[in-house]
Amino acid sequence: MRYALLMHYREPGEGEISEEAIEEAKEAFGAYGRALESAGVLLSADVLQPSAATTTVTRREGGLRVQDGPFAETKDALAGIFMLEVPDLDAAIGWAEKCPGAQWGMIEVRPSATALVKGAWSR
Amino acid sequence: MVTLTPGDGREAGPGQDEPGPAYRCADIAARDSYGRLLALLAASTSDLTSAQDMLADAFEQALRTWPSQGVPGNPSAWLLAVARNRGRDQWKSARVQRTVPLDAGQDSPAYVEDIDVDAIPDRRLELMLVCAHPAIEPAVRTPLMLNTVLGFTAEQVGRAFSVPPSTMATRLVRAKKRIKAAGIPFRIPDRVDLLARMPSVLEAVYGTYIIDWATGPQARQLPSEALHLAEVLTTLVPDDPEARGLAALIGLSAARAPARVDANGRFVPLAEHDPSLWDRRLISRAHEHLRAAHARGHLGRFQLEAAIQAMHCARGLGGTMDWPALLALHRILHAVEPSLGSSVALAAVTAEIDGPAAGLATLDALLAEAGQHSHRFQPAKATRAHLLDRLGRKEEAVVAYESAISLTHDPAERQYLEHCRDRASRQAQLGSLKDRS
Repeated sequence: MRYALLMHYREPGEGEISEEAIEEAKEAFGAYGRALESAGVLLSADVLQPSAATTTVTRREGGLRVQDGPFAETKDALAGIFMLEVPDLDAAIGWAEKCPGAQWGMIEVRPSATALVKGAWSR
Repeated sequence: MVTLTPGDGREAGPGQDEPGPAYRCADIAARDSYGRLLALLAASTSDLTSAQDMLADAFEQALRTWPSQGVPGNPSAWLLAVARNRGRDQWKSARVQRTVPLDAGQDSPAYVEDIDVDAIPDRRLELMLVCAHPAIEPAVRTPLMLNTVLGFTAEQVGRAFSVPPSTMATRLVRAKKRIKAAGIPFRIPDRVDLLARMPSVLEAVYGTYIIDWATGPQARQLPSEALHLAEVLTTLVPDDPEARGLAALIGLSAARAPARVDANGRFVPLAEHDPSLWDRRLISRAHEHLRAAHARGHLGRFQLEAAIQAMHCARGLGGTMDWPALLALHRILHAVEPSLGSSVALAAVTAEIDGPAAGLATLDALLAEAGQHSHRFQPAKATRAHLLDRLGRKEEAVVAYESAISLTHDPAERQYLEHCRDRASRQAQLGSLKDRS
C-alpha cells in the first residue's frame, strides 16, 4: 500500500535554531533517506519551505483567488511529505517512528486512496 | 430475555432461531470457532465486514440445510468452505470483475474435504492484535474483540456497555472500515514489538471482564466470556506470564460468582461468602496458570492481582489470612501499576492490619494524589464509607454511603450499601440522643 508520512511541526523563528542543530538535523535526514532508499520503499520525499513561502489558490467562491500564506493558520505547519510503498500500516508506522521529524513534531501516517501510476488512477 | 449467544457478528444469528439439533450444532460451532473462522477469512484482506458477511451467509445456509441433510462431520470445515465460496461468488460478480483483476487462488472453489480446520493455523492472535492495534481507539478495542473474536452482535455488545445498539453498531463499523482503509495487518509482529503490544491485547480482554454489570442478569454472563477469551489467549501465547495471570485473575473471580449474590438476590461481600458455592475446578485451573506464570520469573500486574485473589480464596477455603503478605502484594501492585483500584485496595488492606484510622489516612492520601478522577470512582467512595462507619463517625459515614450509592449500578450491591447506610443512620441518631441525655 502507498502511505504518505506528513511531517507537522511548529515553525522555528529566524535564528531560533543553532547552525549546529541544523547540521545535525540534515545528517539525520540524510541517514533516514538512505535507509528508505536501501529498503526500496521510497516513492518521493520533500521537505517544504516554511509556510511564509506558501501561496494558496482557490476557485471555491467562484472567481479565482490567489492569496499569500497557508489556508489555515495552525500551531503546527505541514513541513514535509514522504511517499512510501510498504505492505501495511505497521510498516508505515515503523518508518514514521524513525523519521527525524518525529523527534520534534508529529508524523501523520495517511494511506493513499488512489494514485496516478503510469497515467492511470489506480490503487 | 436475550441471551448472550454468539450470533453472526452483525445482526440476528443462529442464536435467534427455534432450538433444534441443527441449531444447537451451529450454536456450538459458533461459540467454538466463530473467531477462528473469521480470522482466517479476514486475514488476507483485513476486511472484517465482508468476512463477517461471508460467515453470516454460511451460518444461515447451515440453519437451512443441516436439519434436512444432517450435520456435517466437521461443522467448522463446512462453514469455512461455504463462507469462502460465498466470498468467491462476490469476487466473481460482474461489478468486482470490472474493477479488480482475478486472483487464481481466490477464484478456485473450496471443497469441504480439502479443509482440515485443525491443520490450518489459528489466527485469532492476529485478530486480537488487530482489535487492540495502537491505531484503533482504546475505547472500541474491547467491543471489537467481543464482536469479532466471540461473534457477539452489536446489539449485545451495546447492551453490555450500556450504549444504544445503533451507536455501538456505528462505532464497530467505523473501526472495521478503519482497519481496512489504514491497512492494519493480520500479522504477528517480531518478538520485541509483540511484547510491546501484548499489554493492550490483555487490557482489551480484561475490559470484557470489568464491563459494568449494569444491565440485569443476562449481562452477568459476560465474565464467563471474558474467561473464554483469556483461556484462548493462554493457548495462543502460552509463554506470556501476564496472559496466564489474566486468565487466573478472571478464573478466580468467576469461581466466586455463584456466592456473590444470595438466594434473595442480595449482594454478599467477599468476607461473608459461602466458600462451598465456589467453583473448585476454576480455582485449581487458575492455580495452574499462576504456577506456569511464576515459572517464567517475570512478575506483572495481572499475576499480582491474581495472587491477591488466590489469597482471598485460600482464606475462604479454611486457611488463615497472612495479612502482612497480602499487604506486601498490594504494595508491589501499587508500585508496578498504580491505579485508583490499587490505591483503594491498598488502603483497605492497611485498615485490616493497622486499623480503620490508618486505612482512612492511606486512602485519603492516595486519592488526593490521584486528583479529579477519584471523585467518580465507586470503590473509593464505598471503602471510605465503610472505614468511617467502623471508626464510629456515623454521620460522615452516611454521607459517604450516599455518594457511593449514587455511583453504584449493580442493583444487588446498591441494595447492600443502602442497608449499610440505613444502619449507620440509625446509629447516628442513637448517638446524638445519647449526647443530649
